[in-house]
Amino acid sequence: MTTETQDEGLEYNFAYLDEQTKRMIRRALLKAVAVPGYQVPFAGREMPMPYGWGTGGIQVTASILESEDVLKVIDQGADDTTNAVSIRKFFQRVAGIATTEKTEEATLIQTRHRIPETPLSEGQILVYQVPIPEPLRFLEPRETETRKMHALEEYGLMHVKLYEDIARHGHIATTYAYPVKVNDRYIMDPSPTPKFDNPKMNRCAALQLFGAGREKRIYAVPPYTDVVSLDFEDHPFEIQGWDQPCSICGDSTSFLDEVIMDDQGTRMFVCSDTDHCASRQAQGYQGPGQEAAE
Amino acid sequence: MTEQENLQTPLLSAQSVTKTYGPHLGCSDISFDLYPGEVIGIVGESGSGKTTLLNCLAGRLTPDTGAIFYTDRLGSALNVHTVSEPQRRMLMRTDWAFVHQHARDGLRMTVSAGGNVGERLMAGGARHYGNIREQALDWLEKTEVDTSRIDDRPDTFSGGMQQRLQIARNLVTGPRLVFMDEPTGGLDVSVQARLLDLLRGLVAEMGLSAIIVTHDLAVARLLSHRLMVMRRGQVVETGLTDQVLDDPQDAYTQLLVSSVLHP
Repeated sequence: MTTETQDEGLEYNFAYLDEQTKRMIRRALLKAVAVPGYQVPFAGREMPMPYGWGTGGIQVTASILESEDVLKVIDQGADDTTNAVSIRKFFQRVAGIATTEKTEEATLIQTRHRIPETPLSEGQILVYQVPIPEPLRFLEPRETETRKMHALEEYGLMHVKLYEDIARHGHIATTYAYPVKVNDRYIMDPSPTPKFDNPKMNRCAALQLFGAGREKRIYAVPPYTDVVSLDFEDHPFEIQGWDQPCSICGDSTSFLDEVIMDDQGTRMFVCSDTDHCASRQAQGYQGPGQEAAE
Repeated sequence: MTEQENLQTPLLSAQSVTKTYGPHLGCSDISFDLYPGEVIGIVGESGSGKTTLLNCLAGRLTPDTGAIFYTDRLGSALNVHTVSEPQRRMLMRTDWAFVHQHARDGLRMTVSAGGNVGERLMAGGARHYGNIREQALDWLEKTEVDTSRIDDRPDTFSGGMQQRLQIARNLVTGPRLVFMDEPTGGLDVSVQARLLDLLRGLVAEMGLSAIIVTHDLAVARLLSHRLMVMRRGQVVETGLTDQVLDDPQDAYTQLLVSSVLHP
């Protein structure tokens, strides 16, 4: 199956990757889904973008994309930033599929750093771009050793990291890539999503796939799987909170970005999920910033 | 099993342990028993195979021939080199402790002193920060490390403090058997004296069994009950420490003992 592109004489296989590569990646995906949280090595390909820009996620997306899929791409919560725009364009061009910015309309969502505020539903697939898949990496540099630790479930070291946080800051100061235990077995790095999103991973109705291009690893969380954030009995896991709502849509339950407005240090807080914010505005919600402007 | 019977069963039993590195001999045909509460010193010159033997005993090196049996808390004898890897690693972080010559090899230099001491506890399933910290403080105090430095990284510590921290980190889970490889190597004499004093106190207080490798006869005399003298991979003399050092029978032991200056 090939897709005609605007460029004359240039033809890509559907979704850029050749069928053999897709097959190889799908096999890795099947294994990953069968062993939730386990990092499956795969023969990652060179993609037409640098490592760190989502080469892992894009390979996973390309392997599972079908012509009737509707794709949404998120970069730091937003649909309109460089990474999101270019990946969306890439798939429009090489697969000719439909794209959307609406979470509910998407069948496939590739994301960097955020899980949409709108709860995901059955049948949707969330693909994460992962820079460093190994949660134990900065504590134990040897890959042979970390693999052994996963195999033997020796996870004491992960708590040493949290201990260090409390000893240094008085509370668990890890705010992103917060380690989780999947299905009561593997410790997993949920990619650099803020820990605010960790509870959304737990028993999520959608299939969650993780692709790390540079490290050539794939892992997955099947629908309705337990995902528990690690903590101490006397320092339980908690998510960030803000003492003001989004200044555009007034939501006080979503993840907010801090935006510096001028040289005087004026700042405003806005929803990081642009689709969530826009649909609330369309429903007539207003934040304190909007009211002041009127 | 009663306490009495317990004391009669060797805690660790080495049976003709041999390890070679290609054509070079590490240690050859070494057998001995270590009983609960006993401290055995292994002395000899550099290259005599002391450390090779210790690494074999501690499950860190696999001997070419021979076997090493460890009697666990339930009284069953485990072959250290044929038990499953999870079981061996479990032993290493609960029942055993290994004190390295260089503290850097035994510590996590990028983790605070408290985290270093707490690691074994957390590996064992401790999940209460307050309790872990309390035990870490307790052990820093026992090993005479200034408790106000609990949140400092060990690379800011002096050599003697690092060594004491390494001991605290190893003993916090109450091991039954401690392997020490030149625990006082590279420390100046006054620091050595304090460390030896500390070790002697802890070994006696906790009823630890220990195997100590050293080239320093004074360390061996202070800490160990029994002594094995090694040369070129073989044990040339064994016996009670005082007996071996005061009345050496083997020519090499005589040379070794007479080489020490008595100021």
